[in-house]
Amino acid sequence: MGRSYNTIAFDAAKCDGCGDCMTACATAKVGVGDTARSRIQVVGSADDGFELALCRQCGDPKCVTVCPAGALTKDGTSGVIDWSAAKCVDCLLCTVGCAYAGIALDAGTGHVAKCDTCAGAPACVPACPHDALTYITTSRIYNEVGDWEDLFAPGLAGCQGCNTELLMRHTLRRVGPDTVLATPPGCVPGMGSVGFNGTTGTKVPVFHPLLTNTAAMLAGIKRQYKRVGREVTALAIAGDGGASDVGFQSLSGAAERNEQILFMVVDNEGYMNTGMQRSSCTPYGAWTSTTPIGEGSRGIPSQGKTQDAKNLPLIMVNHRCEYVATASTAYMEDLYDKLDKAIQASKVGFAYLHVYSPCTTGWRFPTDQNMEVARKAVETNFVMLWEYTPGEGLRFTRPVDDPLPVTEYLKAMGRFRHLSPDQISHIQGKVVENLAFVKQMVHRASV
Amino acid sequence: MEHTKYLVVGSSHAALEAVTAIRMHDTEGSLTLLTRDTHLPYSPTVLPYVVSGRSAPDGIFLRDEKFFADNHVALKRGKALKALHTERNAAELADGSEIAYDKILLATGAAPAIPPIPGLDQVAYHVLRTLDDATKLNAAIKQSKQAVVMGAGLVGMHAAENLVKVGAKVTIVEMAKQLTDGYFDATAAGLIEKAFTDNGATILTGSRVVKLAPSAIGATLTLENGTTLEADLLLVATGVKPNMDYLAGSPVEHERGILVSDTMQTSVANVWSAGDCAQAKGFFSNAKVMNAILPDATEQGRIAGMAMAGDPGLKKYPGGVPLNTYHFFGRHAISVGSSKAPAGAEVVTRFDEANGRYLKVIFMEGRLLGIYGVNEFFDGGVMCQLILRRVDLSSVKERFVANPLAVGRELMSKLWR
Repeated sequence: MGRSYNTIAFDAAKCDGCGDCMTACATAKVGVGDTARSRIQVVGSADDGFELALCRQCGDPKCVTVCPAGALTKDGTSGVIDWSAAKCVDCLLCTVGCAYAGIALDAGTGHVAKCDTCAGAPACVPACPHDALTYITTSRIYNEVGDWEDLFAPGLAGCQGCNTELLMRHTLRRVGPDTVLATPPGCVPGMGSVGFNGTTGTKVPVFHPLLTNTAAMLAGIKRQYKRVGREVTALAIAGDGGASDVGFQSLSGAAERNEQILFMVVDNEGYMNTGMQRSSCTPYGAWTSTTPIGEGSRGIPSQGKTQDAKNLPLIMVNHRCEYVATASTAYMEDLYDKLDKAIQASKVGFAYLHVYSPCTTGWRFPTDQNMEVARKAVETNFVMLWEYTPGEGLRFTRPVDDPLPVTEYLKAMGRFRHLSPDQISHIQGKVVENLAFVKQMVHRASV
Repeated sequence: MEHTKYLVVGSSHAALEAVTAIRMHDTEGSLTLLTRDTHLPYSPTVLPYVVSGRSAPDGIFLRDEKFFADNHVALKRGKALKALHTERNAAELADGSEIAYDKILLATGAAPAIPPIPGLDQVAYHVLRTLDDATKLNAAIKQSKQAVVMGAGLVGMHAAENLVKVGAKVTIVEMAKQLTDGYFDATAAGLIEKAFTDNGATILTGSRVVKLAPSAIGATLTLENGTTLEADLLLVATGVKPNMDYLAGSPVEHERGILVSDTMQTSVANVWSAGDCAQAKGFFSNAKVMNAILPDATEQGRIAGMAMAGDPGLKKYPGGVPLNTYHFFGRHAISVGSSKAPAGAEVVTRFDEANGRYLKVIFMEGRLLGIYGVNEFFDGGVMCQLILRRVDLSSVKERFVANPLAVGRELMSKLWR
């Protein structure tokens, strides 16, 4: 399997051309803040937008192929294209090969110079005062787990663009083969976890409880394994409907008894598998097939769901579980940290992981936008990423200091297309209120 | 008879890129790489630096044995192609053995062109095309007191600089009116010439060696005007000619080089050619030209490899754009695109004589045809894209000429991100 590499990412919308990245680079690399000698070059203008001239560490690097001296090589481990001062003959052919101005003459030395990502800690990134530069390090997840056994069958029958397959495969890889999996009715078995024609869709024991009794059945199975002396992880991957509506009493009971299970809720804010009906996790104003848009009756038009969503993870906090966290597939490193903690917590008690999971089909957005919608939910504080333990209390893991207006999230999908200004201000108000509520809990934890 | 699915002949940039391209699409098909050289693959372009001692002869190899083993490539060194029997898809080697192929790539490069001057065959002289040539010349320049370099192309100029630096008295004899003809114009060539004469070299442009004879120290050269030169070291660097003698009697069409299509295929089925031996479409005209430069060899090699492997991602060759870089006495010259201004072209130059900085830009109907500079750095790769994409520069022309580095990058950021 090929490797994945870290990369310096640039958000042109946040750049104001201040040049601090160039000063930092030149200072780090040649000891003086001469921006002309920086290996990262901001080009363009405020009117036309800024861009970067920076080595892209290409997978198929032209500079390497045109180097006659073997002085440029792609490092298979880091992905960085290394330059060897000993082998370089200063012929400049690499600068002719690169179409991105990623390698250029440093007049100060007479040699070419290019970004080497400062061996994995690029000086330019922390120097940016506007967070326009980020160093994306998620490749470590891929490189670490990519070779682990995928415990789901190849080919799951999810909708195009669904992030739940990603979530299922990552989770089961991480939890490992000594697992018993419960998947109550919902998208997860619908995609094939329980299998077809008498074969399971997983390489671990999997069962298909009722919507109502998932946590109870799983708790019993875990206890039986313990009784016979086998160490297994008891894992549920359930939908929000199965957890927050009819399945809630068994979930709450298992949490109250502090059963040693890991309960993951994939929250797509409705009963998406059966035709997109509303659940208690469906947000206010959202279209679903049971909260339609239309003329309504008795002169009152239908404009989507008229109640606010239940905040299930906060309710779970009130059970004082061993571990409660919210997560998003747009923030995989965060999700992985929480998964690790949840697995550990489930060895001693009840661990609850609530993952927000945008639904391309039910939420009505293009199939290539899942991660973007998930990211927007966090960037607007519509969804907050935090974790809770009884000892440490509640803390934000990805605080958003300067949230986007909630309309940035709402307009990304069709289920909110009909919203009136009043409805939008209601939702924005709820976002503010929810944030204040969670902040209070953070405050309580810190005093 | 030995059989291989892909037979690649040659081991420099075009051949190596073809190997990579084939393996991108076909990881298993048998692949044999044949080279008459006994060394691991290296670039002829690095050889002047082996001559100067800057590059260690064992540090220039572009691939090692492990690369070929990892990629399931049978590497056969010291095996020259003698004849091509296209009617039965077989390559005959110099040792008499034959290899049957499904598809063959001729990336055999070029060899020094030795001018037919009376007496040249009577004297000892050097050429520079192989690693063995380079190590011999490296040893010889250390002994040289007075040397003559025939030909003021980039190979000759590089060697001459090395000779100057070891303290030899060097004379460069060039037929054309200026040195580095074909790459740079008279002004740029003048800057280069001045760097050489400032360092003690003698440059005789517009002059021709008409006779050579052995002498006590080496050779006596007689020039057209009757003057004679004594040389204890003679380097013949008067150009190159493609290696394609093995095509004698074969139906593969060739003129100055092996004629190839936009996918590097020759006139005969199952035979491709790329690199310095190929004659492919030029970018500026549809005529087939020799564009024997390193970046083009890699491009042609990649296209040939993709075509041979049947890679559906193959895009046709856009035509060769001349690209040259030249480093001399701590200065640099970069030339991208056409160095000649055709009728109707607009030429803008900027010359800072005191600082030895020169820039020349050639536009045609607002589009870039060529740009070159001496001690004026710009991103050659970006300039090449501006030419290939035929970007209209009318609205930024003055700014572009004033600062091709910054304006080129600005255009890049808008046009190909």
